[in-house]
Amino acid sequence: MAKELLEGNAAIAEAAIRAGLEAYFGYPITPQTEVLEHLARRLPEEGRVFLQAESEVASINMVYGAACAGARVMTSSSSPGISLMQEGLSYIACSEVPAVVINIMRGGPGLGNVAPSQGDYFQAVKMAGHGDFHPIVLAPGNIQEAIDLVVLAFDLAEKYRTIAMVVADGSLGQMMEPAELPPMRPVRPPAERPPWALTGARGRQPNIITSLYLEPEVLEEVNLRLQAKLQEIAANEVRWKEYSSEDADLLLVAFGTVGRVCQTAVREARRQGLKVGLLRPITLWPFPSARLAELAGQVRGMLVVEMNAGQMVEDVRLAVEGRCPVRFYGRLGGIIPLPDEILPELERLDKEC
Amino acid sequence: MQEEIIISGFGGQGALFSGQLLAFAAMDSGFHVTWIPSYGPEMRGGKARCTVVISDQEIGSPLVRRPSAAIVLNIPSMEAFEPAVKPGGVLVVNSSLVPQRSERTDIRVFHIPASDIATELGNIRLANVVCLGTLVQAIGVVPLEAVEQALDNHLPERHRKLLGANKAALRRGAALVGG
Repeated sequence: MAKELLEGNAAIAEAAIRAGLEAYFGYPITPQTEVLEHLARRLPEEGRVFLQAESEVASINMVYGAACAGARVMTSSSSPGISLMQEGLSYIACSEVPAVVINIMRGGPGLGNVAPSQGDYFQAVKMAGHGDFHPIVLAPGNIQEAIDLVVLAFDLAEKYRTIAMVVADGSLGQMMEPAELPPMRPVRPPAERPPWALTGARGRQPNIITSLYLEPEVLEEVNLRLQAKLQEIAANEVRWKEYSSEDADLLLVAFGTVGRVCQTAVREARRQGLKVGLLRPITLWPFPSARLAELAGQVRGMLVVEMNAGQMVEDVRLAVEGRCPVRFYGRLGGIIPLPDEILPELERLDKEC
Repeated sequence: MQEEIIISGFGGQGALFSGQLLAFAAMDSGFHVTWIPSYGPEMRGGKARCTVVISDQEIGSPLVRRPSAAIVLNIPSMEAFEPAVKPGGVLVVNSSLVPQRSERTDIRVFHIPASDIATELGNIRLANVVCLGTLVQAIGVVPLEAVEQALDNHLPERHRKLLGANKAALRRGAALVGG
């Protein structure tokens, strides 16, 4: 299939359809409303389910219900809407049903604004809801990657019976770029629902899906099983991309939109003679800690750049364990840092490390 | 090769659409391209701006502070972007709506009465396409024919009857670039 000029939100929505999305439940919020808009038109065309719920709380619980029935499901929202979904996300995690969640992040806290932000890193990676769990968190840096990661999100969610969250910021949702959509996957027929799904217990023992375990010993068992699964994910699903890191003695670490801005910063810094590389995490959870630890032995220092007050930088420091200095530069309020702000930070890093 | 173009005006002047035309033309000409709007709780008559980056290598930042070329369709855009264009760059000014003239000598400036030309062609809303014609001809990265092709392929259905007028506007704009 040839490349088309695609808008980020529409590309994400269409990628979900191509990945076999059967049912979508959501509620509009800028800057991701185009995801709903696209799905509202396309899902009925394909004979699948689009439902605009009365709220984000309702949306995520509808996702929970449809996932329990073994359907391939998704919701999407932007920062404040994701906060409203957190109770449902925790139930889904404990119930071990697959679900894909898109967060097109906007400036916060509070209602904030609709400008691009990465302020929900902690929320996605550390505490997507109460209790001990992590969703798989995927962070695309461009529209092609957003398409590919949405497809991957469905596969990972089903493989591990977990939540796969794709986090991007509003600028990726709104921008256009040439990209290629995958071919249409056939929708899974009802007869091929997974064996754990609630499909009516005719001729078999009932399946039970719950997140309520009143006996502490039983709940501990459930938790240990969840933790073992998370460890398996951490061992197998770490993804990242490196740019010019082979000979780098300074390393930028950035994800999503800032990650691509840092690609430009790498080029400009190298023109000035600084040996700068870039590591762009693609999975925010699990985090490419081992690779960062390795690079900490190679470079003189790292600069983490984010569109928040310094969130991922904590995970970089945990990975590096003091083996090299880790500095931070961030912009808040929905502002994207540009290469001409990052360069002086690199020069300072070069002088001081 | 990399060109970074900002197109800026009031909402309704077609700044975003002309940027998309340029992006389609660049993609069809085999370049990497990004198109990114300034978005927000905006409305007709509010600010409207987009940045188009065209490159022969993978594009990093889709946003720039100092573009290599700009189209300014109104006075606030002139004030914001006339000083920002990089030395050696191109500035296209809709002089029908922007009375002030750029005094910069380190860039190529085209003061063109785009809204007047558009009115002459039958629709004042073609001013964006007149300016795009000038810009495309001046920077010379994408052939004018690729933009015409983009119009053929992507002009919204409701504006289909204006296809000929759009192409005429594009050519009128391009003809204003000497040499």
